[in-house]
Amino acid sequence: MPILTLDGISQEFGGLRALDGVDLMVEEQQIYGIIGPNGAGKTTLFNIITGIYDPTEGTIEFLGQAINGAKAYQVAQMGVGRTFQNIRLFQKLSVLDNVRMGAYGVTRSGFWSSLLGLPRSQREAQEVTARAEELLDKVGLLDKKMEYAVNLAYGEQRRLEIARALALKPTLLLLDEPAAGMNAKEKVELMELIYQLREQMKLTILLVEHDMNLVMNICERIAVLDYGRKIADGPPQEVKSDKRVIESYLGAEA
Amino acid sequence: MDAYLTQYIDPYYLRLLVLIGINIILALGLNIITGVTGQLSMGHAGFMSLGAYTSAILSMQFACPFWLALLAGAFVAALFGCLIGIPTLRLEGDYLAMVTIGFAEIIRVFFLNFEPGGKAVGLAGIPQNTNFVLVLVMVIVIVYLNSKLLNSRIGKAWYSIRENEIAAEACGVDTTRLKVMAFTVGSFLGGLGGGLYAHYMFFIRPQDFAFMKSIELLNMVVLGGMGSIPGTIIGATILTLAPELLRVVAEYRMLFYGALLVILMIFRPNGLLGDVRVYDIRKRWGRKEVQANADTNP
Repeated sequence: MPILTLDGISQEFGGLRALDGVDLMVEEQQIYGIIGPNGAGKTTLFNIITGIYDPTEGTIEFLGQAINGAKAYQVAQMGVGRTFQNIRLFQKLSVLDNVRMGAYGVTRSGFWSSLLGLPRSQREAQEVTARAEELLDKVGLLDKKMEYAVNLAYGEQRRLEIARALALKPTLLLLDEPAAGMNAKEKVELMELIYQLREQMKLTILLVEHDMNLVMNICERIAVLDYGRKIADGPPQEVKSDKRVIESYLGAEA
Repeated sequence: MDAYLTQYIDPYYLRLLVLIGINIILALGLNIITGVTGQLSMGHAGFMSLGAYTSAILSMQFACPFWLALLAGAFVAALFGCLIGIPTLRLEGDYLAMVTIGFAEIIRVFFLNFEPGGKAVGLAGIPQNTNFVLVLVMVIVIVYLNSKLLNSRIGKAWYSIRENEIAAEACGVDTTRLKVMAFTVGSFLGGLGGGLYAHYMFFIRPQDFAFMKSIELLNMVVLGGMGSIPGTIIGATILTLAPELLRVVAEYRMLFYGALLVILMIFRPNGLLGDVRVYDIRKRWGRKEVQANADTNP
């Protein structure tokens, strides 16, 4: 069963058609890449999936349930975690608190139990902290857990965003240019991390990325966007040799 | 009780301590809204006056027990805080500030024309039920509960809204609900502080809760450090004491008060304790020890 299905998604911003009838089908535990030149509508697509925008046309189904019009926090609570192209951390919170916040959507303590420190909410807080530390260990930031997020190096901030998204226990993880600004070594580590996450946490991963090498290596399926239209969709080898893709995107590089 | 204490402490100082305590409660309320959640409110005195008038009228005209009048005042303020929280779903920053200023003005003008509140003359003869011990106990309880709240799931979610609203949503935070919650809790404390104030001063007028009072409270939060409980306490203490300590310079008092604000903001732009954590202080000390050890080892 597909985890995520987009059907005829269009998005208009006051006359500008950012996306035009995009279909997408992501299978369980797939690593799916979306590529395309700048302004092709990749991030817009992410914002539609995560409920930041309500698409002008088309339907989105997540786990067989239509999520059109759902608010961003509701989509998150359903199990869609994401990172952002321009990093959006809680800068003046500690690294650990950032990851703990990630678990907000899957925890329950309300106002009164928080205020009175009821045992239930304390137990929940302990569980969240333990899990957050586990995740920080996984992305190699455990020794910096008390630093302010703003003080981390760029590559570390990207990894922290991934850890925060994982704290939500997502079924589907959206990574928006996870390798941007990383050096070659960090990129290799990132690829390993993405593989590991898929295997260990049974995640389905949808990623937008500009680094062709990374995308071709890691993704099992790739969709290519150009001016808001999907011009190709298939396994890396097939996409690589697609004439239209070479013209509009890869060709520019060669 | 206070009569007993005045044997040991000058009534003037006792009075200052009570006012500091009341300002701490008021500022902690505003800290939740503006310092922690990042929603700029410039109308906190409006909530204060709602609490003050509600409790005073209940005490004077209905012979309500003090604690009940106090709670009723706080709840009325919380109700209005909840209502004013709703426009914040759409507004941010400067625009929200405008709405809160307008709200506080409406409240002030309402009481200026409100017959049971004595109109412009105000209310005199409110029973003086607030005393030092009561304020002290309340400050301790509120600081304790407040710090518990700010360290909890809800409190961290408030901070996350201040830090990055879109990211907070992506973590599953219903930002709308949490902002209204912050306004409600913050204005509850505002109303409580107002009730205590009314029952201490014996006499309240609408102009006691004018725009400058809101700004004074906002200064306490900003000066102490946005979102920090110890910072807010220090901010409230300094800004309550400053006008008194500056009496030595007579007419230039408010000039020095202004200069103090400017200087503090230049040297501590994030407020006195805005970015100070116990952890950092400990680490700094720890590092010195580590270095000392490293020096002795070959």
